[in-house]
Amino acid sequence: MGLDKNIIDRWHSCEILLFGGSAGSFKLLFNIVKLLPATLNKAVIIVMHRKRNFVSEVEKLFAQNSRMSLHEIDDKDKIKQGTIYIAPANYHVLFEASGNFALDVSDAVWYSKPSIDITFESAAEAYGDKCMAILLSGANQDGAEGLLKLRNAGSLTIVQHPDDAEMPEMPTQALNLNAADYVLRTSEILELLETD
Amino acid sequence: MAGELSMSGFSQSLATEQVTELIDLVKKVHGFDFSDYSKASLKRRLSRIMMVKKLSFYDLKHALLNSPDFFQDFLEEITVNVTEMFRDPSFYKALNTQVVPYLSTYQHIKMWSAGCSSGEEVYSLAILMEQAGLKDKSFIYGTDVNTVVLKEARVGIYSYRNIKSYAENYQMAGMKGTLTDHFTTLYDAATIHSELKANTLFSVHNLISDTVFNEFQLISCRNVFIYFETQLQDKILDLFYKSLCPHGFLCLGSKETIRSETFKKKFKAINLKENIYQKIGS
Ligand SMILES: C[S@@+](CC[C@H](N)C(=O)[O-])C[C@H]1O[C@@H](n2cnc3c(N)ncnc32)[C@H](O)[C@@H]1O
Repeated sequence: MGLDKNIIDRWHSCEILLFGGSAGSFKLLFNIVKLLPATLNKAVIIVMHRKRNFVSEVEKLFAQNSRMSLHEIDDKDKIKQGTIYIAPANYHVLFEASGNFALDVSDAVWYSKPSIDITFESAAEAYGDKCMAILLSGANQDGAEGLLKLRNAGSLTIVQHPDDAEMPEMPTQALNLNAADYVLRTSEILELLETD
Repeated sequence: MAGELSMSGFSQSLATEQVTELIDLVKKVHGFDFSDYSKASLKRRLSRIMMVKKLSFYDLKHALLNSPDFFQDFLEEITVNVTEMFRDPSFYKALNTQVVPYLSTYQHIKMWSAGCSSGEEVYSLAILMEQAGLKDKSFIYGTDVNTVVLKEARVGIYSYRNIKSYAENYQMAGMKGTLTDHFTTLYDAATIHSELKANTLFSVHNLISDTVFNEFQLISCRNVFIYFETQLQDKILDLFYKSLCPHGFLCLGSKETIRSETFKKKFKAINLKENIYQKIGS
């Protein structure tokens, strides 16, 4: 459909693919995990809000349906392409300049741990313009400022169209901050991720 | 831009060279070595200090150089002291089923919570030992570098609202009764029962520069390694190895694993998911 060449080029050239999602984003993230090809030459990081003692059924479900290898992040894990990483419950995820993850248990941000803002900001500092980030449905404003940091660092930033989001608050906040290069319908997000 | 100073803790970002400069300065002037701390988190904490104390980079350097009392403040702010009672209930469950039966065979059980923050982990262990009927022969040492949180640990008074919020942890850990059974409550102040406090001792200990101070049957160092780079973790693993009795147990945080090949040979993983290890050799 309407995907322009610029967005497709930048999707192809990015090295780190980031997702932030909260309430209402699970189904779409699941479909995305299912469709990403085994040969994808990027590291994929998913920050999804969840409760403190969330039993990791999500990882199991995601892992069973993913063609890429998929892990819940352990501290100091080396970031490798071709892998999907899930932020663990009750930790923030940071990027080290050395190419490792570092976890952090400091206070929740917007009542969220993992916080999308923290991971996005850290990605902006560690990777500058090498990322593509997609912010999905959610009922609070976590992620908006982090997305702006990524955009200012030159990374490609995308927001799910609020009309398509079960909870439009999170995408809307990002749009209010002018943090998005593109606003895409759900179908366009899936189409973009499928182009090779 | 006004939006920069929001709740999410964004503030002026420090350049990597500035972080290095601060690390060097603190090491020279105060003898505290942050050079092997994880940089990503250190950077956030430094930015946060500048934000909450309203200091520019130069103000911060100046304060570290010229106000003798400022370093304590600095240390309090730079360390992340967030903790919970029975954090990671499945860990306590594993401890109870896999480790406690073994510990019960010892005459005296000495435990060390390294990086204990305000004491929640120490008192969780104390409750666990009490319920296992091992209270009278166990003793728990809690250590940290942050003297303010240690004071809170020693006093053992917590906000009742906070304690209530750990009820789910407690129940999921498989403990008997409710968490508040172990506290005396007055308004919002929940005081840990004195018999739980009796067999605990809190003191200052810096994992980077201080040495072995006792021999332990179990060391719990959870959510501290996440702030250290792997070479520093190795140095501290050596300290733990030397501080454990033969077959003693080491517990790391749920997302912390032993990375070093050397220490993988010196510790046997007895629960890979909860990162509970046992010392091999003597
Ligand atoms: C996140 S808390 C962990 C509390 C508790 N163990 C838990 O898992 O909930 C980390 C603690 O490590 C302490 N710490 C940081 N550097 C340290 C050092 N060099 N030596 C001893 N403790 C240190 C901090 O002051 C902080 O209280």
